[in-house]
Amino acid sequence: MRHLMSPLDFTTDELSVLMDLADDIIAHPEKYAHRCDGRILATLFYEPSTRTRLSFESAMLRLGGKVLGFATADSSSAAKGESVADTIRIVSGYADICAMRHPKEGAALVAMQKSLIPVINAGDGGHQHPTQTLTDMLTIRSLKGRLDNLTIGLCGDLKFGRTVHSLIKSLARYENVKFVLISPDELKIPSYIRDDVLRAQNIEFTEVAHIEDVIDSLDLLYMTRVQRERFFNEEDYVRLKDFYVLDKKKMELAPRDMLVLHPLPRVNEIAPEVDEDERAVYFKQGRYGVYIRMALILSLLFPEEYMKN
Amino acid sequence: MLNVGKIEEGFVLDHIKAGEAMVLYHDLGLDKLDCCVALITNARSNKMGKKDIVKVECPVDMLDFDILGFIDHNITVNVIKDGEIVGKPKLELPKRITGVIECKNPRCISSIEQGIIHEFILTDEEKEIYRCKYCEERYSKKRR
Repeated sequence: MRHLMSPLDFTTDELSVLMDLADDIIAHPEKYAHRCDGRILATLFYEPSTRTRLSFESAMLRLGGKVLGFATADSSSAAKGESVADTIRIVSGYADICAMRHPKEGAALVAMQKSLIPVINAGDGGHQHPTQTLTDMLTIRSLKGRLDNLTIGLCGDLKFGRTVHSLIKSLARYENVKFVLISPDELKIPSYIRDDVLRAQNIEFTEVAHIEDVIDSLDLLYMTRVQRERFFNEEDYVRLKDFYVLDKKKMELAPRDMLVLHPLPRVNEIAPEVDEDERAVYFKQGRYGVYIRMALILSLLFPEEYMKN
Repeated sequence: MLNVGKIEEGFVLDHIKAGEAMVLYHDLGLDKLDCCVALITNARSNKMGKKDIVKVECPVDMLDFDILGFIDHNITVNVIKDGEIVGKPKLELPKRITGVIECKNPRCISSIEQGIIHEFILTDEEKEIYRCKYCEERYSKKRR
């Protein structure tokens, strides 16, 4: 039985098969509309999430399946002190596949170890959020036509931003990908990414403090939000939250085919005036998130059918 | 030089960094064994200047080489049987450390989940980096 804990759980060949399946779902949704009839997805969300939970639910419903679960820890047995291990043992009897979001790092792995059904990590604190990475990759592949030969700007909170770390590790596996890391000093990429991933694999990267200095050289600009929940100190959060704002003026400096991605929700880091720019693809990105989750659910529920190379 | 008598069966752990013998005594769980243990600290050493030595009289299958390798794989282990050295196993960094050290990351699920067994995985042998299996936080071997 396969699970998804980290985006690196799948080889690049397996990812290619998964994204091909997502492409086919986009092209022929009717073929898949009843593929999960009679199947149940459990969404175990121990912390609030709008997009990810609804995206999973939409994915399962579009496949003809059904959904059950909870949306906050308060409304689950966790409020009574039940462990993750006990919860998943019980849920294994209620559903066929599970997506779990938890504020603690490694929670999905604990669930996976005791689960009788495939577990998808839908975010474990600041650690991993693999389906966001798969969403980003499908968006890039669909709109750029490739995952190699790209210069990718990553901007904002590069220290705590798990989506950024996952994306770097995943795209580092493709040929000739360069990274431009744009952040204030306090939110620079951690050394385990800089040294253990980028330097260890001889991947070209630069670190800068201002978007304007580099935006003209980028194929993609991946914006991130400075997340209040990752700070122990409110003062630091307030000081850093508005460090970057991507606006129309900065977009004028960007190449005409540069794409702007954002895992959402955004706060102030992208001005609403940028939404009308055709290079702003963050809302499309959300749609790709449903398709890749459909492909993932199918692949984990029916691996012999959908995970073959 | 201080003399400590020969042991019939057990271990002599030599070339321990000076001052580390007590740490090793606790980490190896020697304080929980009902056997004779001698700790020698700050012994003269040509190689190290000063060193610690631990002698343990116990059955030879009682020592956990994985834990010892994790604590310091440069320690020399002499296995003693019938009063003679019968082996000098080379210590290696264990690939996994289970149930010995705890993850200190307050964001890790291991900080709240009941009954969880802490586990660390060797992710970089050259730099001797261990990371928590759950949150991937790096474990710092500097305990003092």
